Amino acid sequence: MTDASGPIVTADGIPLKRKLARALFRSRARAFGLAFPLIAFIIAAFIIPLISLLWQGVHDPRYATYMPRSAAAVANWDTVSPITEKMAAAMVADLVEARKSRMIGRVATRVNRELPGSRSLFTSSARVAKKMKPPYLEALVKKSKKWGQLATWRAVKISAKVYTPAYLANAVDLKYNADGSFSLQDTKHRINLKLLGRTLQISLIVTLACLLLGYPVAYMLSTLPTRTSNLLLILVLLPFWTSLLVRTTAWIAMLQSQGVINDLFVLFGVTTDAERFSMIYNKTGVLIAMTHILLPFMILPLYSVMKTIPPSYVRAAKSMGAHPSTAFWRVYFPQSVPGIGAGALLVFILAIGYYITPALVGGQDGQMISNIIDFHMRKSLNWNLAAALGLVLLVVVMFFFWIYDRVVGIDNMKLG
Amino acid sequence: MKLKTLLTGSAVAALIAGAASAGTLTVVSWGGAYTKSQVEAYQKPWMAKTGNKIVSDDYNGGLAEVKSQVEAGNVTWDIVDVEMSDAVRGCDEGLLEPIDPSILPPAPDGTPATKDFVPGAITDCGVANIVWSTIYAYDTTKFKGDNAPKTMADFFNVKKFPGKRGLRKTPKANLEMALAADGVPADKIYDVLGTPEGVDRAFKVLDRIKNDAVWWEAGAQPPQLLADGEVAMTTAYNGRIFNAVAAEHKPFKIVWDAQIFDFDVWVIPKGAPHKDLAMDFLAFSTDTKRLADQASWISYGPARKSSSALVGSFHNDPNLKMGPQMPTAPANFKTAIQNSFTFWADHQDELNARFNAWLAS
Amino acid sequence: MNAVSKEDGFVVFDHVQKSYDGEVLVVKDLNLYIGKGEFLTMLGPSGSGKTTCLMMLAGFETATHGDILLGGKPINNIPPHKRGIGMVFQNYALFPHMTVGENLSFPLEVRKMDKSEREEKVRRALDMVEMGDFINRRPAQLSGGQQQRIALARSLVFEPDLVLMDEPLGALDKQLREHMQFEIKHLHERLGVTVVYVTHDQSEALTMSDRVAVFDDGVIQQLASPEDLYERPENAFVAQFIGENNRLVGTVKEVRDDTAVVVLPSGAETTAKAVNCGKAGDATTLSIRPERVTLGKSAGENATDAEVLELIYLGDHIRCRMRVHGDEEFIVKVPNSAGIHELQVGSKTKVGWATEDCRALDRA
Repeated sequence: MTDASGPIVTADGIPLKRKLARALFRSRARAFGLAFPLIAFIIAAFIIPLISLLWQGVHDPRYATYMPRSAAAVANWDTVSPITEKMAAAMVADLVEARKSRMIGRVATRVNRELPGSRSLFTSSARVAKKMKPPYLEALVKKSKKWGQLATWRAVKISAKVYTPAYLANAVDLKYNADGSFSLQDTKHRINLKLLGRTLQISLIVTLACLLLGYPVAYMLSTLPTRTSNLLLILVLLPFWTSLLVRTTAWIAMLQSQGVINDLFVLFGVTTDAERFSMIYNKTGVLIAMTHILLPFMILPLYSVMKTIPPSYVRAAKSMGAHPSTAFWRVYFPQSVPGIGAGALLVFILAIGYYITPALVGGQDGQMISNIIDFHMRKSLNWNLAAALGLVLLVVVMFFFWIYDRVVGIDNMKLG
Repeated sequence: MKLKTLLTGSAVAALIAGAASAGTLTVVSWGGAYTKSQVEAYQKPWMAKTGNKIVSDDYNGGLAEVKSQVEAGNVTWDIVDVEMSDAVRGCDEGLLEPIDPSILPPAPDGTPATKDFVPGAITDCGVANIVWSTIYAYDTTKFKGDNAPKTMADFFNVKKFPGKRGLRKTPKANLEMALAADGVPADKIYDVLGTPEGVDRAFKVLDRIKNDAVWWEAGAQPPQLLADGEVAMTTAYNGRIFNAVAAEHKPFKIVWDAQIFDFDVWVIPKGAPHKDLAMDFLAFSTDTKRLADQASWISYGPARKSSSALVGSFHNDPNLKMGPQMPTAPANFKTAIQNSFTFWADHQDELNARFNAWLAS
Repeated sequence: MNAVSKEDGFVVFDHVQKSYDGEVLVVKDLNLYIGKGEFLTMLGPSGSGKTTCLMMLAGFETATHGDILLGGKPINNIPPHKRGIGMVFQNYALFPHMTVGENLSFPLEVRKMDKSEREEKVRRALDMVEMGDFINRRPAQLSGGQQQRIALARSLVFEPDLVLMDEPLGALDKQLREHMQFEIKHLHERLGVTVVYVTHDQSEALTMSDRVAVFDDGVIQQLASPEDLYERPENAFVAQFIGENNRLVGTVKEVRDDTAVVVLPSGAETTAKAVNCGKAGDATTLSIRPERVTLGKSAGENATDAEVLELIYLGDHIRCRMRVHGDEEFIVKVPNSAGIHELQVGSKTKVGWATEDCRALDRA
């Protein structure tokens, strides 16, 4: 609106735009008010914890908080010149302080992640630090010769960083060095990238298997009369009525070496009693169980899309002389692509973060990235590394989402 | 009118519930026969004596739950039975309440508790109750007479003793056993394991059985794996195997060579809801009599010297003397290795990573 | 067009029956011979079996019994894509993921035609329906009428001898529908293709067809040219279904030559042309078209008393609802000419009809 022409006003002289905005605001406020409890719940119970957890993947203030003097002292150290008395003095002062505040354990845990063996070095040195006299470097080295080694101080320098790429680097099998460079983790400790690769591989295979198995089922459901298809849909959803744990355990009973399937194989002479197939506690078991569990997530979007494709399209194609397979591939299939996209994305994203099934039936070679995250959450208590792994996983999922958007188009997806 | 009665009623109910929960202690332990021994020897007498209630909860070890409860400020566990290394580590990280050893009752002859407990059993935040051991056991129907395994090396020899092997899914104990099997003497185990070559050496021994390994996590699993015929031999906590043999008459036999023994320790999470009750329970359950009583339920050695004299027979079989079943019995103890919690506190991150990578490859 | 014999029928339904559930016959013993180049409409209410017949012809349904022949050859066992029949569907069935050009090109591609020939044919087919500028549009970007034309062009682009149309104009508004009726009619005349057209709209059927097969209850009630259907319905269903119709129910008193004397419930007698009324004593339905009724003084033959109940002014004529022989729904169409001012609601007058125009049919 320009000043020259003046805004359009309503009968009572209020500019129309403002009046409209006010009227709309009221209805928007009401809609927001209704949605507010949910939004607040999601923010409080999901978004904030998620961000704060993921934050731990790059943020570890432990050392700098409890050992501020030594953290400052090593900040400008170039990692190769000799250890100075100033650094040693700051370390001793910090050790005394941390011992007093009972935080030495946390500090020791942090440094131990960079240099195994540092935990006892720190806790035992802290116990005697109070009695140390200058020159402090000599006193420390007298306590343990490790204090005279550059590696110890490099580990301190890495630990002293509040915002650290160390965990992210670790999550992708790299090592963050004190001088700011990255190097490859030695082969005996490389696991995360391998698990990530395996996770993607399993997810892709499961997605493909779900598509191959689910597509004909969804097609059949969509062609049946509504009454029958509703009944069959309930059967498709039936697995959801039992717990995931029960279903996974059922697969153990089916697939284990003394299980039903192997018994049948032996009975029909497919294999001998001595050479039963191992189909569980390995990747095969994970693939079978996950495909079964995720299949409904493929069938449902496919079905809802297929239901909207009138049979007349394929008929039209046939009437124009197209062989049934041509009619399917050129006419029916392209129209079911939004359902394939939705189903595949759903299954893939669910699969990539799958945890319980591989934990139960994965054995050694069926473990996925979520299982190592779980390990660091519950066993090693390295929540920072778990968070970093979670971040990596998030990035991978986003990447696939982006690829999907580029290839298929996100607005070309139909969830139901 | 009606509403008022209802409100009063629920207020009263809430008060009663509150009062009741004030006397309900949540005790967390490892489940199965082991928890049963604690229920019989510690919990029932304590409840009878104090009138308080106990809710018994199971877990698979580790500090994860304690850490999340403490860090979330929502502690629901009052007292937890942990391994020594976790007690020390949890104390270092400020997850546990410090325990004043003066609350522990003296021995019947007046010896103060600090002298009565075996050395190392009392730490800043924990008091040991038993000595337990990781051993390996085999199915006697599969290996008989001279053909039975006798040494730790036999466990890692699948050519001579074919069959699946059960192992705990952690590097702890497995690496020590592997080195012992490779000929490293008990007192040198951790020195060797402290070097990169020693770690490689241990994993090389583990490689021998990798393809035959079945990994367990809960203490109740190994006897089950043996009973189901899923494995021919398995590492296990000695008490579990003893219990399967004594109470369920399973055909299992323990091989004591190169057993790894450790303390189990009571700890109290920082901010436990019934801290005072927990302290009382801790002191009560680690007195001389309770510890001796527990030994009649499961073959774990009491952490007090004064209890040994009181150890009698298995609770439902007076002919089964418990003394020789203990890890600390002289016949079993010759090649025993004491678990080094300092070694594991320093190296578990690194060795876990290595172990996971090894498992996944 | 005259009746087509079985021997020279281009499309032949020979004793065709169809049942979906094994209990009810949807199509009962259908015998229908369609000549080459003919425009034949299957007309009937929903559920009368007309669409089923079309689907059997297209090959999407199989006949339970009997033969369907196309060009003298039985096609029961030929799959739809080998029948070479063009088809226009009710919802047009234009492939939404293809452009107009790709839609038209599709039947040519599956016939492995080379590109230049395809383009030429597509262009010609689009020009034929005056849609040449829309070749790169998607179906969703077209109006209903435009989609209809594309669907038409697509069914014709591969030059089939036979085109089936399943209520193709059902989704269009009245004006567009009438316009398209003429276009389809003209296309048919120009191309000489055989058309089998299914509709439930009788005016559409009358406008376009060479012959109309009126379906009811799985049976063809009458197969005739539009004129015959209207002027000479053979039974009460057809008389009622096609055009506006006055029905009077009575009993046959006697039949002489082709004239029947019918006694009405009021006791009055009237004469009618005996078409399908059986013998003396049978119940019959009399059918008189509203425009064939004479009014007032000119009512000669079969004159009877009538009372005006309602008048509706329709411009060129006035619809007049009357009580005649006790029937209160008797409609007379009065041309808007001099002398109609006598008609007032409640006024009494005389109506009559020629015996020739009153057809005595079966009891409905």
